[in-house]
Amino acid sequence: MSDSTTAVPTSATATPDGARAHARAQAGTVVEHMPTLPASAYATTPHGVPGSALVWAERVAGGGYTHRVVRRGTTIRLTDLSGDACAHLLLLRAGQPWERINVADTVKVQWNAYLGVGQLLLSDQGRVLATILTDTAGRHDTLCGTSSRLRNEHRYGSGWPGGPSPAGRELFVLAAAKHGLGPADLPPSISFFKGVRVEPDTGDLTWTGAAPAPSHVELRAELDLVVLIVNTAHPVDPRPDWSCTTLEVLAWPGEPTAIDQWPATASPEAARAFANNDEDLSARGRGPSGTAS
Amino acid sequence: MTVLTDVVVAARAPWSGVVPAGGTLQIIDLEGNQAVDCLFYLASDPTERYSAPETLVWQGSVYLTTGSVLRSDTGRPLLTVIGDEVGRHDTLGGACSKESNTLRYGHHTRHQHACVENFLAEGARWGLGKRDLVSNINWYMNVPVEASGALGIVDGISAPGLSVTLRAHEDVLTLISNCPQVNNPCNGFDPTPVRLVIVAP
Repeated sequence: MSDSTTAVPTSATATPDGARAHARAQAGTVVEHMPTLPASAYATTPHGVPGSALVWAERVAGGGYTHRVVRRGTTIRLTDLSGDACAHLLLLRAGQPWERINVADTVKVQWNAYLGVGQLLLSDQGRVLATILTDTAGRHDTLCGTSSRLRNEHRYGSGWPGGPSPAGRELFVLAAAKHGLGPADLPPSISFFKGVRVEPDTGDLTWTGAAPAPSHVELRAELDLVVLIVNTAHPVDPRPDWSCTTLEVLAWPGEPTAIDQWPATASPEAARAFANNDEDLSARGRGPSGTAS
Repeated sequence: MTVLTDVVVAARAPWSGVVPAGGTLQIIDLEGNQAVDCLFYLASDPTERYSAPETLVWQGSVYLTTGSVLRSDTGRPLLTVIGDEVGRHDTLGGACSKESNTLRYGHHTRHQHACVENFLAEGARWGLGKRDLVSNINWYMNVPVEASGALGIVDGISAPGLSVTLRAHEDVLTLISNCPQVNNPCNGFDPTPVRLVIVAP
């Protein structure tokens, strides 16, 4: 027997058995930014929501992204835990992602550029993708989309998704890819927790920053949705250094808005948008809003 | 000066073509207050396209006028506005569609012609489809935003013969819908022709 066959392994992970043991020893590690599985095991749930009902519970780091497919009626609660999150959102219709959020239609149809309670997030097909149920922040944006790699390189020196100041569009490209979607599937996005206003005379964009933490918004999915969420600095954030903190995402099932319920009753435009949802679902043999599907 | 294209786009009609890098595109509002819906794509890779948010963020304003750089969704400059006889143009209102018309005016408008129909039909000639349509520019359209956020398409500020001129930084595929909308003041409730002139670099 030669000496070479009796050499002692130089590390605990030098063999498959050793590497497996090392990998398995990581199980159960808890970090600040991660999904909780099952979601019902999440430590804190909103008042009035039984923890056992949660279907999505995740903390997304600044510079991170997440995504799910949710059934209509699901409430999605986004929380800016420590005051410096910025949740960029895209909604696409599950199963037919060419129908997706249309920011221009959203502001034009509702005669208002700013997001708030009772407003609808509209698709390009004249239907309601989601409604805003709750808003304790009041600082959101429909105008500026998310950041590009070129702009973040210009502002911070880097915009690649693995770097210190990831560009929102780069992260959306990754999130979309997990659903078989590509850059062409990414229209202008909206964002929550950082405010921008338009000066009435000049059209200039004015930064209004964040609300005191914690603040949250709740959205109700009114159709089955692909939800893409990116948490990164707002593109007109004036601070010289990139900054973004933890976003909490929680979701639980429920009923979609019925056509005789607020906010479907809030305006004639909303009533027609919900009527369009019901028309589409009825033709598919699925129940209209507010009934079992 | 070599004129590559000099066409009148009929009321309600689409148009498409490539403006070469260094060349100019002039859009002339022949009869006044005619909204001209417009999208731009990088001719060499049309998955890269005009982005309203990128354009707004870099210039810090929602209106377009002389000096505005129209950027793609990667931030790349596609064209610059080098001449504007009107003063400001819209980036927020998007295109009218049969579907959004049902929300804005009622289902009686469902079968009226709309800009998205023009974009889809004209885009298909270049291999573009629905996924390729995003928030567009509305030349000459007047969309004030009030302090409350109230926003709307209101009476125009253009006039017969006024024009806007752009210089391309890249070869830019241009889709135009000469807006057919008759339910709001964007065209003075009466769609009219516009003239396009493309000049070589």
